[in-house]
Amino acid sequence: MAEKLISKIPEGPLSEKWTKHKSQLRVVNPGNKRKLEIIVIGTGLGGASAAASLGELGYNVKIFCISDSPRRAHSIAAQGGINAAKNYQNDNDSVYRLFYETIKGGDYRSREANVYRLAEVSGNIIDQCVAQGVPFAREYGGLLSNRSFGGAQVSRTFYARGQTGQQLLLGAYAALNRQIAAGTVKSYPRHEMLDLVMINGEAKGIIARNLVTGEIERFGAHAVVIASGGYGNTYFLSTNAMNSNGSAAWQCYKKGAYFANPCFAQIHPTCIPVHGDQQSKLTLMSESLRNDGRIWVPKKKEDVEKLRKKQIKPSDIAEEDRDYYLERRYPAFGNLVPRDVASRAAKERCDAGFGVNETGLAVFLDFSTAIKRLGEDKIRERYGNLFQMYEKITATNPYKEPMMIYPAIHYTMGGIWVDYNLQTTIPGLYAIGEANFSDHGGNRLGASALMQGLADGYFILPYTIGDYLAGQILKPKTDTNAPEFEEAEKAVRAKIDKLMSIKGKHTVDEIHKRLGHIMWEYVGMARNEAGLKKAIGLIQDLRKEFWSDVYVAGEKDNFNQELEKALRLADFLEIGELMARDALHRQESCGGHFREEMQTEDGETKRDDEHFMYVAAWEYKGEGKEPELHKEPLVYENIKIATRNYKD
Amino acid sequence: MDLTLKVWRQKNAKTKGHFETYKVKNISPDSSFLEMLDILNEQLIHEGMDPVAVEKGCQSSGPVSFDHDCREGICGACSLYINGRAHGPDDEVTTCQLHMRKFKDGDTITIEPWRSSGFPVIKDLVVDRQAFDKILQAGGFISVNTGGVPDGNVIPISHEIAEESMDGAACIGCGACVATCKNGSAMLFVAARVSSLALLPQGKVEAAKRAKAMVAKMDELGFGACTNTRACEMECPKHVTVSHIARLNREFISAKFKE
Ligand SMILES: Cc1cc2nc3c(=O)[nH]c(=O)nc-3n(C[C@H](O)[C@H](O)[C@H](O)COP(=O)(O)OP(=O)(O)OC[C@H]3O[C@@H](n4cnc5c(N)ncnc54)[C@H](O)[C@@H]3O)c2cc1C
Ligand code: SF4
Ligand code: FES
Repeated sequence: MAEKLISKIPEGPLSEKWTKHKSQLRVVNPGNKRKLEIIVIGTGLGGASAAASLGELGYNVKIFCISDSPRRAHSIAAQGGINAAKNYQNDNDSVYRLFYETIKGGDYRSREANVYRLAEVSGNIIDQCVAQGVPFAREYGGLLSNRSFGGAQVSRTFYARGQTGQQLLLGAYAALNRQIAAGTVKSYPRHEMLDLVMINGEAKGIIARNLVTGEIERFGAHAVVIASGGYGNTYFLSTNAMNSNGSAAWQCYKKGAYFANPCFAQIHPTCIPVHGDQQSKLTLMSESLRNDGRIWVPKKKEDVEKLRKKQIKPSDIAEEDRDYYLERRYPAFGNLVPRDVASRAAKERCDAGFGVNETGLAVFLDFSTAIKRLGEDKIRERYGNLFQMYEKITATNPYKEPMMIYPAIHYTMGGIWVDYNLQTTIPGLYAIGEANFSDHGGNRLGASALMQGLADGYFILPYTIGDYLAGQILKPKTDTNAPEFEEAEKAVRAKIDKLMSIKGKHTVDEIHKRLGHIMWEYVGMARNEAGLKKAIGLIQDLRKEFWSDVYVAGEKDNFNQELEKALRLADFLEIGELMARDALHRQESCGGHFREEMQTEDGETKRDDEHFMYVAAWEYKGEGKEPELHKEPLVYENIKIATRNYKD
Repeated sequence: MDLTLKVWRQKNAKTKGHFETYKVKNISPDSSFLEMLDILNEQLIHEGMDPVAVEKGCQSSGPVSFDHDCREGICGACSLYINGRAHGPDDEVTTCQLHMRKFKDGDTITIEPWRSSGFPVIKDLVVDRQAFDKILQAGGFISVNTGGVPDGNVIPISHEIAEESMDGAACIGCGACVATCKNGSAMLFVAARVSSLALLPQGKVEAAKRAKAMVAKMDELGFGACTNTRACEMECPKHVTVSHIARLNREFISAKFKE
């Protein structure tokens, strides 16, 4: 049913679309808002800002998260900053420029209208956060300070030390707390959504597990908002928090919501390299470091050998023997090329044998030039906490010797397909933040995820959801005793019982690590047809093994982190396959999706606009059946499509 | 390295807890403390899989539960009391940022949950910290709605004030201060928020009212009084200092004064 993919992009000139659209959206009067219930899954920037804003409007909101407090959502870990087209620096920034750079950075695979709207509301986000008391960095004159991020030619990133996500989330969480106190929002921490409930084709509620008691509970509403974050942990090792997962989104997919561009995963160039097989997660070193850090490897193989044997220190290598390969290959952007470009360039050098640690999988990020120019104190003020974090983990002092970094899985651009209103293909089901697919195309620019999460939650969803809810006013409160709830609860219980009863030989983590290896090897930084086909087979086998030989320790009716992980892994084992399938079908290289068969002579991505300028939206067809591909064509009316060029 | 671990085990809030002793081997000094616990848990699960071993009295209570998420020192989830210190022997780090190179081969390590009447145990090393949310709900916000706010640069804020506010705002809500305080006071946590907001012009408006409401809530929830021992400051992983408590007291007095 291809007609489900209606993007609802408003007519009219780009810069007037959102204003015009808002004026045409239906609104709900205050008296009726109180009677309308909304469920929000997730308390990250997307979920917290949405729930707070919806509560302020007078809706009756229930918000859920996995952690013990809404404040601990994964968004808290974002370091570097948030973009906004304020043009405070007078460097000729504008809504158009932010829009243009985001489309270009995404390698021309996102919707013009959505991205323009994002750029349009970006300034409001900063104002809102300042009003909430977010202590953004300030200049000595008292005005807001900015830094630069990859893929941008202006300085538009606002930040609060290396803890921007924390401060923005604490702002949204405070707004949420205010609504909780006011009684408009009820918070359910340590509650994990395990299924979506639909009645007559509309999203009407969820089944959740109380993570403390293990009880299975039902919650009804007039609309459900998914703000559950990304699925980067499919790879086991990633920069995502340990509990980040794709399950809420995946349950929606299995109930009929299309899943878009699953293969677009972002690999971040500057993470601390893997230290060994006891490792549980990877740590990001913020992109902001590329403002002052220079990336290099030795020019000579013999220096590489000596480094690996620890016979010399990096600082022993003379300036002329260093290959600042990003500056060499991309003179216009240098160390600030977009993430996908920087990641592949690091892989290229390491594959060529220039990796600088024992495993050969690391390059240097060097601050010595900046320290010489600005002094150690200035660098400490800018990045002190990141340097401290690096030293705690690696026991190396980055003021003295360069950092070692390597790319790692970081973010997923793909996600639940949504229209311009952020509604999925299921009426009454919305998706915001990293959980949806909408704004970043094939590659997200740094500092744009925070912007998108807050744009969705504060300024877009509260308008668009009203249009749907206006049609729900006459519908009664959702009855959680309805047979649809009964059935969904039964299915959830059966799944848990099945998992607990297998009592096989492999722990959940063992299987997850194996999935991670398959994903990184075949669906990672470089992909090809044979490898992707192989991955699909391997994942299917692993999934069988999981369902017949996993061991889930503990009890189902108690606090049980093994069961939590097992339920999430069950879905990762399906998500991974869809990612591989999508990557296989997309026979072009674009953004973070690099197909080895499709590259230019100098190893850059080669898009195929003629055949692949569309959003790939996958429809679930049932267990064991191949999903069906739907295409939403991308139309560019305001931007001239070009080959991405960061060289000149 | 090879280590002996004495770990607090408690089935749920209702049952009594006890220590169990375990051995772990071949731990890399580069591993984090939580990765070491991951290894222990994999070991415990494997032992639990073996019915004969279980029969012989090999531990049967399954893997150890502990809170964690970001493993980068920012979410505030991890919360272990290690060898008598909140977040363990290293300074200014959270449990997840603690690395095994801080220990020696052959060490015995005691691992407990936060112990405070404000934070009841849920299971093993996991405690319930919802009291912190409740304190913030009592007033830890600036009363503005979404939309209709002035431009971010309308009110200049000096660099120093913004930085000082950020010092308080850096609190991750971990609860180490409470766990460390002999009175079980949440004063440092409360003060960090009150002071961070009071420093900013936007937050100044409601500062006195906020201080009063949050302190009242803290008292109501059974946290102890602050007697200025400064133990909290010593163990705070985010370097939140008692200077914030002084600022809280000023706001608190001004609130009383207005009555
Ligand atoms: C280390 C790191 C640094 C980053 N730095 C930046 C940066 O500087 N700038 C930038 O723009 N972006 C950055 N990002 C990306 C950005 O942080 C995320 O994309 C963004 O925060 C996602 O927000 P979210 O609201 O969509 O979801 P999240 O913050 O991931 O929140 C998900 C929420 O959903 C809940 N949840 C999930 N599943 C369920 C379920 N089944 N039931 C109930 N609740 C559920 C979770 O508990 C959580 O509350 C960074 C990411 C990482 C990993
Ligand atoms: S003040 Fe420090 S110790 Fe207390 S909760 Fe905040 S970060 Fe933790
Ligand atoms: S796990 Fe997040 S602070 Fe330790």
